[in-house]
Amino acid sequence: MPFRLLKYALKKEHPAPRFFKAHEMPKKSYDVVIIGGGGHGLAAAYYLAKDHGISNVAVLEKGYIGGGNTGRNTAIVRSNYLTPEGVNFYDASVKIYEGLSEELDLNLFYSTRGHFTLAHTESAMRTMRWRAEVNKHVGVESRVVGPDEIAKACPQLDLSCSGQAPILGALFHAPGSIARHDGVAWGYARGADSYGAEIYQNTEVLSIDVKNGKVCGVQTNKGYIETKQVLSAVAGFTPRITEMVGLETPIVIHPLQACVTEPMKPWLDTILVSGSLHVYVSQSSRGELVMGSSLDPYEVHSTRSTLDFVEGLTSHMLDMFPFLSNVKVVRQWAGMADMTPDFAPIMGKTPIEGFYLDAGWGTWGFKATPISGKTMAQTIANDSAPDLIHTFRLSRFEDYELTGEKGAASVGH
Amino acid sequence: MKLLTCPINGTRPLSEFIFGGEYRQAPDQNTCSDAEWAAYVHNRQGAPGDKKEWWYHSPSGTWFIAERNTQTDKVARTYLLADAKKVVKESK
Ligand SMILES: Cc1cc2nc3c(=O)[nH]c(=O)nc-3n(C[C@H](O)[C@H](O)[C@H](O)COP(=O)(O)OP(=O)(O)OC[C@H]3O[C@@H](n4cnc5c(N)ncnc54)[C@H](O)[C@@H]3O)c2cc1C
Repeated sequence: MPFRLLKYALKKEHPAPRFFKAHEMPKKSYDVVIIGGGGHGLAAAYYLAKDHGISNVAVLEKGYIGGGNTGRNTAIVRSNYLTPEGVNFYDASVKIYEGLSEELDLNLFYSTRGHFTLAHTESAMRTMRWRAEVNKHVGVESRVVGPDEIAKACPQLDLSCSGQAPILGALFHAPGSIARHDGVAWGYARGADSYGAEIYQNTEVLSIDVKNGKVCGVQTNKGYIETKQVLSAVAGFTPRITEMVGLETPIVIHPLQACVTEPMKPWLDTILVSGSLHVYVSQSSRGELVMGSSLDPYEVHSTRSTLDFVEGLTSHMLDMFPFLSNVKVVRQWAGMADMTPDFAPIMGKTPIEGFYLDAGWGTWGFKATPISGKTMAQTIANDSAPDLIHTFRLSRFEDYELTGEKGAASVGH
Repeated sequence: MKLLTCPINGTRPLSEFIFGGEYRQAPDQNTCSDAEWAAYVHNRQGAPGDKKEWWYHSPSGTWFIAERNTQTDKVARTYLLADAKKVVKESK
């Protein structure tokens, strides 16, 4: 590192290095075509090449990489879920995240803050105890704490929440972290590109060619591409892609909104979530408070944002932190969350040979980016899904084997 | 403020309404297969477009149908289910 810096000091020109090659037109065929250049699609391309030596891969992104939900989320990474399968899966992701800046040689601003899920009612306390026990059982560091410990970690918090909803305790999850979300997409893109995968922006998949129940190619706005394996990693666009191949799923799209305040001096170290008040908040490395709430209440396929959302959210923020009343909200936005009825993803093979699904990431998929990329790469390379994601298979609905993740995923994403 | 028209109570703020999901026809439970029933229970038409949906006006307890485009969020019309047949005739 010091040598590289020294070289720069002596040079007159400092061109910004490109993260991945800009190819003119896609080739006639690829071993694997990945639809969607979000974190998930790019991570799958990276692990296909790195773990399985499959690098004749094209990632097709209709906009720009990371411009979907990857660049819109509130960047919370945690593994304090409710089901043992969920906890194991997300824990594997957290472990990769912890070393990811090093591995991708890019500072992802991965910052472990500790994560409090506040409980304002006895029934919420019961869910916290349940989650803590499941987490401990699987080896994940979570425990129930009382108001004293919350006050110590965040003295600015009004524990009575303006008398509206006194805090009884919380689930404390030590590994809870935030990261720079677009950096994750860029890091995986650079990694995949260095192994020979090709990334195409402004390239939209218009239809998928399926013959005799097998994938044989995709039609794009840049021509036809032959391939026997297609991974759909398009989050909020999933129903449009599954419609192309005639596949039914339970996925429906609801907007999820977020907003940030003007930057402040650092004062909030931890990540706080309140299910009852429908609010969660952390402070970014830039000093902004990053805030979000629960899902919009009805189906819309757009990224419009609403005044209702900021009004509702900020009034609850003021219940928790009355001193913020003069702080300005400077940006708000939305993403399209691909929701499943059991708040768990849909991953793996489908009834169509060569068509793989990585979807149903709803409001919780950023934290899963590394492990979903890794397990989807495994699924494609072996044409068989690893045990870790068996619970998340599409056929669970037909088998009535839904997961029970709602209690851990509906507000804290 | 976004507004929606309840067929009984007229145009009201959206916050008075609850979304009830797409209006769907259940398969005949006596004759359909297990797979058809599971598909009915779980699967949804998730792609964007013009849809017929259930909505509920909560202060008055009124369930009704709204025809809405799920991409533009524009509501074409709302009516009580009992009046659905009339609406179909009018639009022909
Ligand atoms: C406001 C908000 C807050 C969130 N907070 C959190 C959080 O704190 N923690 C967490 O873990 N998760 C969170 N999530 C969820 C998380 O952001 C997503 O689940 C995750 O980023 C999904 O990543 P992805 O790569 O699968 O999809 P995306 O990043 O959405 O990428 C999909 C890409 O596919 C492209 N595409 C779509 N159709 C086509 C086509 N036909 N051809 C080519 N390309 C196509 C799109 O342009 C898009 O770039 C949040 C989401 C939102 C909206």
